[in-house]
Amino acid sequence: MIQVFTFYLFAALLIASGAFTIFARNPVHSVLWLILAFFNAAGLMVLVGAEFIAMLLVIVYVGAVAVLFLFVVMMLDIDFAELRAGFIKNVPLGLLLAVVFVCELIFGIGAYRAGKIELSDAPLNPGREDASNIQAVGELLYTKYIFLFEMAGIILLVAMVGAIVLTNRKRSGVKPQVVADQVARRPEDATRNVQPEIGKGVEL
Amino acid sequence: MTEFFQSLGMNYEAAWFVATICGILLIAFPLMLAVAIIIYCDRKIWAAMALRKGPNVVGPFGLLQSFADGIKVFLQETIIPSGANKGLFIIAPIITFTVALLAWAVIPFSETAVLSDINVGLLYILAISSLGVYGVVISGWASNSKYPFFSSMRAAAQMISYEVSIGFTLISVVLMAGTFNLSDIIMAQKGHIGGVVNAYGLNPMLFPMAVVFLISAMAETARHPFDLTEAESELVAGYQTEYSSMSFALFWLGEYANILLMCALNAILFWGGWLPPIDWEPLYAVPGIVWLFLKIFVFFFIFSWVMATVPRYRYDQLMRLGWKIFLPLALIWVVIVSGYVMIRDHGWPL
Repeated sequence: MIQVFTFYLFAALLIASGAFTIFARNPVHSVLWLILAFFNAAGLMVLVGAEFIAMLLVIVYVGAVAVLFLFVVMMLDIDFAELRAGFIKNVPLGLLLAVVFVCELIFGIGAYRAGKIELSDAPLNPGREDASNIQAVGELLYTKYIFLFEMAGIILLVAMVGAIVLTNRKRSGVKPQVVADQVARRPEDATRNVQPEIGKGVEL
Repeated sequence: MTEFFQSLGMNYEAAWFVATICGILLIAFPLMLAVAIIIYCDRKIWAAMALRKGPNVVGPFGLLQSFADGIKVFLQETIIPSGANKGLFIIAPIITFTVALLAWAVIPFSETAVLSDINVGLLYILAISSLGVYGVVISGWASNSKYPFFSSMRAAAQMISYEVSIGFTLISVVLMAGTFNLSDIIMAQKGHIGGVVNAYGLNPMLFPMAVVFLISAMAETARHPFDLTEAESELVAGYQTEYSSMSFALFWLGEYANILLMCALNAILFWGGWLPPIDWEPLYAVPGIVWLFLKIFVFFFIFSWVMATVPRYRYDQLMRLGWKIFLPLALIWVVIVSGYVMIRDHGWPL
């Protein structure tokens, strides 16, 4: 009972926030609706028993990606008139994408009507049915799918190095902070304790 | 607790529902009380370190000061700036406050007292604490005012930076304990040091991580000396500048609930949680929750102590500490700890 209720709650909120992501006029509101959508998707994953994936979704997408997204969108200076002008320009592309999506939906429904795919019931790592999700995923990642896993890691590494190379530019005329010098500075180097005679003042 | 409600004649689902609601209330209300008391302690500790008296007027020794403050903000008028984005302006403090309460769901208070004993407890805490930044970022943007906006920029960058190093410190603890479940992590610490001391923090493999975690926890909660998000000498009051009355109080309560959570995490991950400090039979006569509260208070005292004595960091120093010192250190430590665990569990490989 409560599972059904929760499922419909999350699913309805997910679809609603997905729709609002598109329909919201303000880009910041769009991003916030998107975050709500991520969150509800995580809730659905908890319901099907994939709590590890749900937590990763929240940590990676909600906690990091969406924050950076929001960070950028917040700083945009949005001109709504210009946005509307862009709308006319982008209509053909949008229509094309819409057609592709509709075709995919038709394919999907047609394939579903034709009968479901027969999935093998054999477990991927036999003998470990009682392992928790994290253990099972870990064991598979580091044994059966080790090459795919490593490949994903290398692709991410290359992307990271590429991003650093592209954005790292030499700037002239900057004075960077030398932290070692700052830490090594003692009070004696910077201050002087003097007892001036009254009315004489201090020589600087 | 579900069994108790079942014995009252409810079916299982209704009993579970009522038991969970009771559990939530049993955590949330004492937590609010604890926040009120801890704010009083905080002010008394700073006062003592500055040779002042601190709150001493309302009630005996000023004990009721926090409650007086609570009633005061409750009776004030909520002011919403005309240029603000109204909906988000109101939602932001609610997010901060709710998120601060959410994470307490998986904290084990004693061997059996835990609201939801899930397998991915630690990941859940990471996930929820990463949501905390939204309250700050949204409030800064919705205020439509420049100082709150600067503050929310700083908060976003700061919290993401320190989340990374916190994540890696947690990984070393998880590797050592072999589980993400907080209760199991506590049990794994039983008699960890020579069968005597119940703490990971004294293990030389994990002591540096305990220190990194303590400092990162201060940065993550935007607490002194890392409170650049509300640096009053630069940003008036940061993201809270435009807030008043209850909306301000929600930020305040959320902030302290978060600080208590970080203190509790310190106690649970590195110092044995509800286990007594020494694995000696008579000490187990004291209920576990007392040990946990004592440890939380010790860490809170450290937080207050740092606030009273350490000057605020510069922003570039903050970023340098997070990215150039803590992150590489935590990353190297993950490798070292996993090597150690490999040898511990499978023997010397050669």
